[in-house]
Amino acid sequence: MLTKRIIPCLDIKNGRVVKGIQFQNHRDMGEPAALARYYSDEGADELVFYDITASPEARDIDFTWVSRVAKEISIPFSIAGGIRTVEMAKQAFDTGADKISVNTPAQEDPSLIDALARAFGSQAVVVGIDLKGNDLYSNTGAPSKTQRSDRTPLSWVDEVVSRGAGELVINSMAMDGMKNGYDLDTLNRVSCAVNVPIIASGGAGECEHFRELFEKTNVSAALAASAFHSKAIAIPKLKAYLKNFNIPVRIST
Amino acid sequence: MIGVIDYGAGNTRSVTNALTNLGNAFVLSRDIETLDSCDKILFPGVGAAGAAMASLEQNNLDNWIRNCTKPFLGICLGFQLLFENSCENDTECLGIIPGSVVKFRPTKITPHMGWNFVEAAGAFEMHNDYFYFAHDYFVDVNEHSCATCIYDDESFSAVVRKDNFWAAQFHPEKSGKAGQDFLSLFLGHE
Repeated sequence: MLTKRIIPCLDIKNGRVVKGIQFQNHRDMGEPAALARYYSDEGADELVFYDITASPEARDIDFTWVSRVAKEISIPFSIAGGIRTVEMAKQAFDTGADKISVNTPAQEDPSLIDALARAFGSQAVVVGIDLKGNDLYSNTGAPSKTQRSDRTPLSWVDEVVSRGAGELVINSMAMDGMKNGYDLDTLNRVSCAVNVPIIASGGAGECEHFRELFEKTNVSAALAASAFHSKAIAIPKLKAYLKNFNIPVRIST
Repeated sequence: MIGVIDYGAGNTRSVTNALTNLGNAFVLSRDIETLDSCDKILFPGVGAAGAAMASLEQNNLDNWIRNCTKPFLGICLGFQLLFENSCENDTECLGIIPGSVVKFRPTKITPHMGWNFVEAAGAFEMHNDYFYFAHDYFVDVNEHSCATCIYDDESFSAVVRKDNFWAAQFHPEKSGKAGQDFLSLFLGHE
């Protein structure tokens, strides 16, 4: 049986892992490859690295830490933030990333999704979608540049899937870092609208939030950051807890 | 020396990282003489079947693979290309193993993405464990299947073997310890 994935998200700023609340007040959490190794050993199913400064500052990704991560772990990981061209995505794959995730650049030029899917296959193309209330946002990495889009969330979700996105990260901005649980209503609406895997993001604080998410929605994966980084939730304990509720998780034999 | 076929279809870096971690020397190449000098061959691949076959043909690697007698392991798209044809881009494939590559029904969440349980069939000596998959197309269980996997209610081939050719639909290089054990099993095989 296909298991539900538990995905720690590591926000990267200047080559270091950081964590803030609602994209602000970042604290240093450590070195990417060391944390990648730690989470891989803990039983994380996949990792996401968000270069949170890249998109708003129009900077390129520094790929040296990507190649260190790729040498350190043998579970899949994706890179998000600042990938604006097929060439940059190719660099990410060449250094060892398994997927790339695009958000603001795809909103600015949706044909980027088609080009990425053609070049690397849909399974390697993730689209990140930041939602608050009934609105879609861009440039969420930099609060001063964050913008509400004129598109509606569901029309955008439809469009990115038809253009070739193989997976979506649905991030509820209002829930991010608040540890009050995932935004189940929004996640249900999105996961009913499309048939690609959905990764839920924003709001995890307790094991129960993951159970609720997997029992009440059809999402494929749960992403969390501070809940794991602060050690409030240990992944082995989380997976044992979910297994007790008959939620399929990978506990290696 | 392990030859990793580099034909411009996808992520060879994670495969070569896995070989390094297992202490194996490798060469990444599309040159026939170089590949001829290797003891074992790894054939990775992600992306679309049509483009991948075109690239193999362009490099004269299609016939080289068909005639290869070395221990050979296809991974993911490299698994699918060993069959007769794929309904992805309606592609004629290498035809080394009988069978067709077909698409998951649209009622399923696709790609089939994530960790799924793989069970060995018959006397195949791999450990049953979770492996990482990322694919839209699959091959039915057939006489060459030596490990299988179930997605929703559909059983499909996870590992096939015919003569010197092995192939895995999952990504052993991305499947943690289970994947390392699988690669070691192949690499230890003469």
